Amino acid sequence: MGIRKSRLLGAALLSAGVLAATAAEAQSEQFIPGLVYRTGAYAPNGIPFADGAADYISMLNARDGGINGVKILFEECETGYATDRGVECYERLKGKGPTGAAYFSPLSTGITFALTEKAPGDKVPLITMGYGRADSRDGAVFAWNFPLLGTYWTAANVAIQYIAKEWGGFDKLKGKKIALLYHDSPYGKEPIAALEAMSKKYGYEFLPIPVPAPGSEQKSQWLQIRQQRPDYVLLWGWGVMNSAAVSEAGNVNYPREHMLGGWCSGAESDVLPAGDKAKVYKALMLQHPAGKFAVHKDIDKFVVSQGKSLAKPEEVGQVLYNRGLINSMLGTESIRTAMAKFGNKPMTGEQVRWGIEHLDLSADRIKQLGFEGMIGPIKLSCADHEGTRLSRVHQWDGKEWKVISDWFTGDDSIIEPLVKSTAEAYAKEKKITERDCSKES
Amino acid sequence: MLYREAGQFKASYRADQAIFPIAQDRFVAMALLVIAFLVVPFVATEYTYRAVLIPTVILSLAAIGLNVLMGYCGQVSLGSGAFMGVGAYAAYNLAVRLPFLNPFVCVLLGGFVAAAIGIVFGIPSLRIKGFYLACATLAAQFFGDWAFLRIKWITNDTPSGSVNAPPLQLFGLDLSSPTANYLVSLVFAVVLGLGAKNIVRGHIGRQWMAIRDMDIAAEIIGVLPMYAKLSAFAVSSFLIGVAGALWAFVYLGSWEPAAFDIDRSFELMFMVIIGGLGSILGSALGAIFIVLMPIFLNQALPPLGDVVGWKISTATVSHFESMIFGALIVFFLVVEPHGLARLWLTGKEKLRLWPFPH
Amino acid sequence: MGFFLEVLIGGLLAGVLYSLVALGFVLIFKASGVFNFAQGAMVLAAALALVRALDVMEQWHWPFTLALAGAFAFAAVVMAIVAWAAERLVLRKLVNQEGIILFMATIGVTFFIEGLAQSVFGADVYPLNIGLPKDPLFILESVFDGGILVNELDIWAAVIAGLLVTGLALFFQRTRIGRALRAVADDHAAAQSVGIPLDQIWFIVWLVAGLVALVAGAVWGSKLGVQFSLSLLALKALPVLILGGFTSVPGAIIGGLIIGAGEKLAEVFLGPSMGGGIEIWFAYVVALLFLLVRPQGLFGERIIERV
Repeated sequence: MGIRKSRLLGAALLSAGVLAATAAEAQSEQFIPGLVYRTGAYAPNGIPFADGAADYISMLNARDGGINGVKILFEECETGYATDRGVECYERLKGKGPTGAAYFSPLSTGITFALTEKAPGDKVPLITMGYGRADSRDGAVFAWNFPLLGTYWTAANVAIQYIAKEWGGFDKLKGKKIALLYHDSPYGKEPIAALEAMSKKYGYEFLPIPVPAPGSEQKSQWLQIRQQRPDYVLLWGWGVMNSAAVSEAGNVNYPREHMLGGWCSGAESDVLPAGDKAKVYKALMLQHPAGKFAVHKDIDKFVVSQGKSLAKPEEVGQVLYNRGLINSMLGTESIRTAMAKFGNKPMTGEQVRWGIEHLDLSADRIKQLGFEGMIGPIKLSCADHEGTRLSRVHQWDGKEWKVISDWFTGDDSIIEPLVKSTAEAYAKEKKITERDCSKES
Repeated sequence: MLYREAGQFKASYRADQAIFPIAQDRFVAMALLVIAFLVVPFVATEYTYRAVLIPTVILSLAAIGLNVLMGYCGQVSLGSGAFMGVGAYAAYNLAVRLPFLNPFVCVLLGGFVAAAIGIVFGIPSLRIKGFYLACATLAAQFFGDWAFLRIKWITNDTPSGSVNAPPLQLFGLDLSSPTANYLVSLVFAVVLGLGAKNIVRGHIGRQWMAIRDMDIAAEIIGVLPMYAKLSAFAVSSFLIGVAGALWAFVYLGSWEPAAFDIDRSFELMFMVIIGGLGSILGSALGAIFIVLMPIFLNQALPPLGDVVGWKISTATVSHFESMIFGALIVFFLVVEPHGLARLWLTGKEKLRLWPFPH
Repeated sequence: MGFFLEVLIGGLLAGVLYSLVALGFVLIFKASGVFNFAQGAMVLAAALALVRALDVMEQWHWPFTLALAGAFAFAAVVMAIVAWAAERLVLRKLVNQEGIILFMATIGVTFFIEGLAQSVFGADVYPLNIGLPKDPLFILESVFDGGILVNELDIWAAVIAGLLVTGLALFFQRTRIGRALRAVADDHAAAQSVGIPLDQIWFIVWLVAGLVALVAGAVWGSKLGVQFSLSLLALKALPVLILGGFTSVPGAIIGGLIIGAGEKLAEVFLGPSMGGGIEIWFAYVVALLFLLVRPQGLFGERIIERV
């Protein structure tokens, strides 16, 4: 029984030695980890995001020498969208670098839930831009979670607003049937609470239809949809589930113009495999469109043309690639904000958290960074970790995404009570004392 | 020379039946226990705890459970992930609904619930065997996947389906630090592993091995197949269930049903095969191997790639992991079907003769 | 009624696709007694080889039919290499081991092939177009309101499966090699003693299974796009095999039809009352119940154990 302990100890010492060797370098660099998934059923969406996030950091290092002169050390860790691998990557990378990891962006709601338990103890912030726990926008309870740019409840609300506008007003929603085809995981289930609350308010019938992961086979679900004939189908999928849904919609002849995807179901990798069947399919945007903007010139000059980009040429400018750029931009700008207060040196996780909470990007600053046209101004505070609640809709025409709507703003009269109630329940369960935001600076 | 048992006489049956009859073995085992309990907590870093020690210890326990079923009783099971999940969710439900219970008591009770479910899903083994039984246990696995997602009261009606472990404490002593986590898991693993070792050495274990070797002959000499097979499922599921509850409470902290899916079942099966079917030590060796291999590859492959000028991405490392695992499984089955444990025993045999050739 | 027929037909056609994958299993089990868990990975590898070769040939601007033929030839060669390697490195070394050891060896082969195929050919989703139409078709519009929805791709898949089964049946019954395969399936030692070269036969069997995997991969890839989850089809094929019997080609087809139809009907009509998503375990539970009653399946050989 005890003989295995010698193996245990020997192996532990060996691995500790290996790790010590690799961690010996990087004295005054800011370490930013990347939790990515380049394999598995969710790779089609994970790859462009990871490429965008990595390319922006390479660009900063090449063009500016880092953030305010502090070079960035970036390392990826493969999670395969699996929660336990995500936790393992987190444990491995959280202490790396002279000051530890600056922030984590797991690009997975499941991993976010797991890390939400660990991050406060380890003092590392989580930037969950456009995903994660919808109630984590309440910074009084979730001090270390930052669902920047939008949560799934904002998305659900904007989706209903768009449908109402298409039909000519909220009163037209009464008596209609709206289905949610969702990925059977914490990610897919997240919008349900908001959609149910709104169905009570606006009087539509809400029909949730789960698709077991990974969701590549959906024939039964679409036959059900064909039988139930909902007036609109909201798609909340990820990875291969998205393209399979659009394909199957075509196979059962459900009109694609009555489909609206969330902002995690509106990328090139979701529509290209479906071919012609994806024409006129619409999806929400996490503010930013596809396409090339000012920042892409720098990306081309410093990263792509130097052969340092991880992305394929056609990937640069795609929806998820741009989202990766924005994620890294918001993260590095938060570090810059922290440096303005704490000095131009590598920031600790706690300092970065302060930086994110005090992030205030005006339209001018966004133009300076090269992101004009991609996102609007964003300002966070202790009480509001979302920063902005805007979204709009784009449509696939077979070759590219075209923006087809004006801006919508998430309706706080619906979302705020939901956030408050679930955040309070979480605080009670976990025995967290809520921060008093009026007192914090 | 070092490993001789000359001069070691047993004066009682009790001494003769010890797990480690040879004094050198006893000494090494004691030394290792001392190192594991008293030395490691002072030298290990937090990363070593979280990434290496705690998973290894907990998965060793799960592998011991699976080995009881597959190695000692010969019943193939591809549903071990679901049984871990049953243990985890049962412990969670008990902790949430009966908050006065200590979390570790819930872990043990979760194991008992898993044992009960294991008996239910073990009933097909009375009629079918071999890889037909593997298919039946796959049914358990997929049903478990669905049930954890769909049956709301299992996850206490959380909207997201993701649940959190209760804070770990014992009589008011907070046990959430990595060292405490490691020691708690180690205590569970050592005590339950010792229990498993004694069970397989006893008459129940001999019944299991008789069933494994030739079940019809076993029945003829009086072994009751129903009792033997179902008790194997029960003990195995208990160990796997406790391991699953520990995995959820101690290692993950917050989990969703996907943590106990079919990949987990395959992982346990690989541990058992590589470690050695029918050997408690083998389960632990297999667990160590499976936990360390991805970490080792992750650290070793990119520098190796740099040496030959090939930038290895995380995706490539992942693919190489698959390839190396697969190749190792085949290698072990071809070269040493009885796994690392047999290699260890062969080594000990050679050590008895050393330094003499024969 | 119309909707019921629609689900039934959709399920039957999906079942045909499952049996395409199950056929490969049956072939290898018949000839070498090995339950080849790697069949799913072989489907993935064949489909990846096919789609990448097609992409490359389209880049070279070859006309479509020529590109298709070339891509199929390339994929067939890849499967031949896989077959040779599997026979040489795995089967030959494990000749007399019990079934469960061989089964676990094929699980190892699965992981190996998955890792190798994805690192060589890439891990993205690749849409595959081999000329099969993919549009929905509405039949019997006069009888039922709205018509019954059938998918053209599914019908073509059924036709291809039928041709494949006929071809295989002819191969087994009429050719010398087919007879040798059946002899080896019956008893290895006896086959060897009459001079049948075991390793060549196994290579041929794995090659044929690889070609069946190629056809399955081409059809499934057209339907879903070529991506990693194709290898999970192996798990779907297991209940089919249990129902149909591990050694029967018509059993694989009938089993596939039953599982496919049962699954879809259960999901659509039973599923909503249970919260949905029961597809993942329904086939297995059906197979399990079947096993308790008739372990050898509908058409399989009765396993007689001698003490």
